[in-house]
Amino acid sequence: MLKEKYDVVVVGAGPAGSVAARFAAENGASVLILERDREPGIPVRCAEGVSHNGIEPFIKIDKRWIASQIDVAKLHAPNGEVANMYNNGTGYVLERRIFDTSLCELATEYGAELITKADALDLVWENNRITGVKFKHINEIKEVKCNIVIGADGVESRVGRWAGIDTSVALKDIDTCVQYTLSNIDVSKDTCEFYFGKEVSPGGYVWIFPKSDHTANVGIGVAGHLAHKKGPKEYLDEFVEENFPDAQVTYTVYGGVTTAATLKEIVKDNIMLVGDAARQVNPITGGGIVQGMIAASIAGKVAAEAVKKNKFNSKFLKKYRKIWDKKLGNTQKTMYKMKEKFMTTDDTRFNKIVEICQKIPEDEFSVKALFTEAVKGDPKLMLEVAKAFVASKMKLK
Amino acid sequence: MKINRDVCDICGTCVAVCPVDAIVVSEFRVNIDNEKCTNCLNCLKACPIKAITEGDQC
Repeated sequence: MLKEKYDVVVVGAGPAGSVAARFAAENGASVLILERDREPGIPVRCAEGVSHNGIEPFIKIDKRWIASQIDVAKLHAPNGEVANMYNNGTGYVLERRIFDTSLCELATEYGAELITKADALDLVWENNRITGVKFKHINEIKEVKCNIVIGADGVESRVGRWAGIDTSVALKDIDTCVQYTLSNIDVSKDTCEFYFGKEVSPGGYVWIFPKSDHTANVGIGVAGHLAHKKGPKEYLDEFVEENFPDAQVTYTVYGGVTTAATLKEIVKDNIMLVGDAARQVNPITGGGIVQGMIAASIAGKVAAEAVKKNKFNSKFLKKYRKIWDKKLGNTQKTMYKMKEKFMTTDDTRFNKIVEICQKIPEDEFSVKALFTEAVKGDPKLMLEVAKAFVASKMKLK
Repeated sequence: MKINRDVCDICGTCVAVCPVDAIVVSEFRVNIDNEKCTNCLNCLKACPIKAITEGDQC
């Protein structure tokens, strides 16, 4: 039964929300999660690729939510050249619907409570302080009190705006995305593929993440400021027509992926933002699941500590910001700067990265080998981007 | 700005790029407040499915 007051209310039961709830509850806070949809994980708005090392700290690996295990990343350069990168089976393509539910279940096992079909409408304020969340549960408007609100409401990031945080992103700092899950295709279950270049996807890339040997998430992200005349759907339709003419579409999803740095403000009195809502997404790869979970684990722990010390002001909650920056936020900022430079350059960059990867023999593939090859052919920036891309997509030997 | 609700997938991309907080997703519907809107066209450009066009919502 819904209590009148909780220590922490988490808005959104995606990976970041559930992990924040779990760590807050595990460390002694009373926690309520509000989920807008009928269950966590739907609708899936994600390519579903993660690394083993990224998720392993947060949940016991369960084959129920693993569609395929990835050993190879195949990069397609604009000039048609191809390079394979090997990663020892440490990547996964998830079944997000089951994965998200499992993470949420875990949070409830630590004591967090959950209401689905609970659409947050606004924050509740008393004497200029956030004291709760107003939401619509099925057909009833309700209010729940709390000391801390954790906004894990995804790319919309409405909770932050209600609190007076500017969560808007520039057009150039968002990729506008379309993804199809395709059937009746031939792909390799162990290989993720990436296509680069302005003809294929200006300022972004096309991905093929296999869910089996005959099905895959095939999607595209186009940089927002380059998508006006021809949108991501048109680019993707052309790609699918050319590469998978017999494919059928079993699932279609649209969405935005931010390619920004973490928001300037992710903490205010009585509020913290985590995951996509805080723009904690790798600006080069667009990967956000693991980053969101890492941030959420920090936020959850800080929230529990705040409850113990009865300190809910931004001064105390900024501890979350501090730890996040040290752990990943600063790296994200560097990657953002790299992305900014990279965006202004032409397709030859991608050709060079692929060329470098080609020179490295399979059994010697490592960041070090990539480094050695890259130094031979110089460009510093190119190396950094390749390194960041590879390292964040998968753990190399 | 005008949203074609038959096309809109309620993905929230437009909300993220709106600099003046004129777009709200509420109860599984995207609404644009044309009073607040500054016609910057960010939402129209960012929409993955081109569900947004210029003009007033009918």
